[in-house]
Amino acid sequence: MLAIDCQGVNKQYGDKLVLDNINLAVPKGKIFGLLGPNGAGKTTLIRIINQITAPDSGTVTFFGDPLKREHISRVGYLPEERGLYRKMKVGEQALYLAQLKGMKASEAKKRLKYWFERFEILNWWDKEVQALSKGMAQKVQFIVTVLHNPDLLIFDEPFSGFDPVNANLIRDEILEINKRGTTIMFSTHRMESVEEICENIALIHESKVVVQSSLRELKNTYRNDSWEVEWQGLQLPTSWPQGISLERESNTGDARVLTFKAVDHGAIPELISSLMATGSVYALREKLPTLQEIFIERVTTKSSYHG
Amino acid sequence: MGKVNIIIRREYLTRVRKKSFLVITILAPILFAAVTLAPAAMMLLPDDERVIVVLDQPDILERWSGNEDVYLQYANPQNYTVDDLKAMIKEDDKFHAALFIPSGETWDPDFIANNIVFFSEGDVSMNVESVVKDRLQKQLTNEKLRVLGVDPELISGSKTTVSIRSIDISKEEETETSAAPKMAVGFIGGMVIYFFIFIYGGMVMRSVIEEKTNRIVEVIVSSIKPFQLLMGKIIGVALVGLTQLGIWVLLTTILISAISFFVLGEAMDPDKIAAGNMPNDEFSSALLTGLDFIGMVNFPLIIACFIFYFLAGYLLYGALMAAVGSAVDSETDAQQFVLPVSIPLILAIIVMMNIMTNPDHAILTWMSMIPLTSPIIMMARLPFGVPVWELLLSMGLLIVFVVISVWVAGKIYRTGILMYGKKPTFKELFKWLFFRG
Repeated sequence: MLAIDCQGVNKQYGDKLVLDNINLAVPKGKIFGLLGPNGAGKTTLIRIINQITAPDSGTVTFFGDPLKREHISRVGYLPEERGLYRKMKVGEQALYLAQLKGMKASEAKKRLKYWFERFEILNWWDKEVQALSKGMAQKVQFIVTVLHNPDLLIFDEPFSGFDPVNANLIRDEILEINKRGTTIMFSTHRMESVEEICENIALIHESKVVVQSSLRELKNTYRNDSWEVEWQGLQLPTSWPQGISLERESNTGDARVLTFKAVDHGAIPELISSLMATGSVYALREKLPTLQEIFIERVTTKSSYHG
Repeated sequence: MGKVNIIIRREYLTRVRKKSFLVITILAPILFAAVTLAPAAMMLLPDDERVIVVLDQPDILERWSGNEDVYLQYANPQNYTVDDLKAMIKEDDKFHAALFIPSGETWDPDFIANNIVFFSEGDVSMNVESVVKDRLQKQLTNEKLRVLGVDPELISGSKTTVSIRSIDISKEEETETSAAPKMAVGFIGGMVIYFFIFIYGGMVMRSVIEEKTNRIVEVIVSSIKPFQLLMGKIIGVALVGLTQLGIWVLLTTILISAISFFVLGEAMDPDKIAAGNMPNDEFSSALLTGLDFIGMVNFPLIIACFIFYFLAGYLLYGALMAAVGSAVDSETDAQQFVLPVSIPLILAIIVMMNIMTNPDHAILTWMSMIPLTSPIIMMARLPFGVPVWELLLSMGLLIVFVVISVWVAGKIYRTGILMYGKKPTFKELFKWLFFRG
C-alpha cells in the first residue's frame, strides 16, 4: 500500500512550471527520500501533500483515499523555513501548535510532558523561546511535529542547522518512530545526508522526477564494477590478474587505498592473495556510486540528449 | 471553526496580557480625563490673594477693594509719595506690587491712562494686571463720558446682548440646534476611527510580518488554511480593539463623573447656577451648553454607527495591511506598500478637517459613500443628520468592499507568507491574485 500516490501532478506559478507531470509513490511504513537540487520543486510538492497549496491538475491519494482536509491531522510536517514565536513560552507554544493539529489540550499536555522528559528539557517549559539556542528551539520544533502521532512524517531539509550531536539524536528518534510503522519522507538537496537511511528515493530535477526506485535497486543499476581495497605494503604486485585493472591509488593515513575495476568478479580472490603476499589487506569493498554521482550522471546524460 | 477559535484566542490573549496593553488601556482614560477636566478644575482653584498698594492721586478707582484674587490697599496721596510705595514693597513681603496712578496737572483721563505704573519685585502676575487694567479702563471710560457730558448709566443701559437660537425645521418637530457641538462630535468620531484603523491595522500587519520573520507561518498553515489564520488574526485583533475601547469608555465615564462630582460639585450645584453667583460665568455656561446639546445629538445612533464603521473600516484596511505584511520580509520594506493603502484614509481626514464647517458639502456626501473614506467621513457627517437611505447605501457599499478586500487580501496573503527573499512589485502582487490555492 502507498502512503502517498501522486499521479500527473502539475503546478504553475505565473509562467513558471514548478511541477511537471509528477508521478510519485511513497510506500507505507518506509523511509522515503525526495532528493534534488534547490529549486527543483521539492518544497512545492511537499506543500501540495500538506495541502498548503493545491495542484493545478493531477491527483494525490493519502493511504488510498483522495487527499482531504481531514488528512492534515495525520501528517506531521517540519518545513525548511521553521521557527517559533519568539516571545511565547515554550510549553504554551507547543500546546498551541498541538491544538492546531486537532489535539485536545489535556492529551497534548500529557504527551508533551513525555517528550520533554525524554529530551530532558522539562525545565524549559516556562522559558520564552527567545531565551533558547537554535538547537534547543529545533528540539521543540521536532517534538511539536511528531507529537500527534501522525501516519506520515515529512521533514524538509531536516538536518540543516542542527549540530552533529542533535542531528544524531533526531535521526535516531526518527528511525525509532519509523519502526513503529510511521511513514517518513525526507526532502533534501544534501543527498549524502539521507543516503544510508532511505529505502526508497526519488530524484527531482527541473520540475520533473528523473529517477524513482528503491535505493538498493538504483545502486545495483548504477554499479560499475568498481572496488576498493585498503592495503599496506611496500611493493605493489607487478602483474594484475586477468579482468582487473587498477584505476587509482591514494593514501589514507597508514594504508593505501587501491581503486580498481573488476570486469570479472571471479578474479578478485586472486588479486587479494597476491596483495597479501606483499603486504596486509585491511578491507575490501565494492565501491557503489553515491546518489550524488548517480544524480549527476542522470542529469548530464539527459541534457546531452537534448543538447 | 474550532481551529479559527484557537487562533483568535492566542491573538487576543497575547495582546491583552501584554504589560503595554494594560498600561495604555488604563493610563489613556486617566490622561484623557485629566486633559478634559484640568483647565476647568484650575479655574475653580482659589488663587493666593495678592495685596496691591495703590497710590491713586486722581481717585479714579474710587477706593475699589478688588476681587477674590486681588486686594487693593490705598495709600493716602497726601502722606505718601511714589518713593514711599517703592520702599514699602521692598520692605514688606505682604505687598505683591505697587500701583501708581498719577493725576497730572490737568487730571486729563487720557494723560492718566497713559501714565499708570506698576512697581514690583519680579513680575506682576498676569491675572493681577488684567484685573486692575479692566477696572481702570472701565473707570476711565466712565470718567471720559462724564467729561463729555454723557451719563454712564445711559450707556450701560443701552448695551444689548444678542443671542440667536437655531431651530432645525427639517423634522416634523422643530428642534433646537447648534453647529459647534455637532462638529465636535463628528470630528472626534472621525478622528477616533482614523486612529483606530491605523493602530489596529498596523497591529495586524506587524503580526503577519512577525510570523513570517519568525518562520513559524509554514508550520501553522500545515495545520490550518491560510485564510483561516488570516481571519483568526483579524478577528482576534478586532476583539482587542473592542476590549480597549470598552474599557476606555467605561473608565472615562467613571472618572469624569467621579471628578465632576467631587471637584466640580460646587460648580454643578443647581442652586448656585440658578442664583447666578458662579465663580466663572463662561465656564458654567459652557457646561450648561454641554448638557443641552446632549439632547441635540442622536447618541445611540452615533454609537451604533461608530461600532459599525470602526469594525468595517478596520476589516477593510486591516485585511489590506495583512496582505502588505505577508508580501514583505520586514517592517521597513512594508512602508512602500503601506503608503498607497493609507492614502484614502489620510485624504479623508484632511478633507474632514477642512470642510467640516460646511457639512452639506457635496464632497463630504460623496466621500461618505465611497467605502475607502466612508468610515471617517460618515462619522463626521452623522451628528448633523444623514438621510437614512444615504446611511444604508454607505454601509452597504462598505460591506461589499470589505468582502472584496478580505478576498484580495486572502489571495495575496496565502502566496505572500511563503515567499521569502525579494520584495515583490505591485504587478507581482496582482498576479498572486490568480494563483490557484
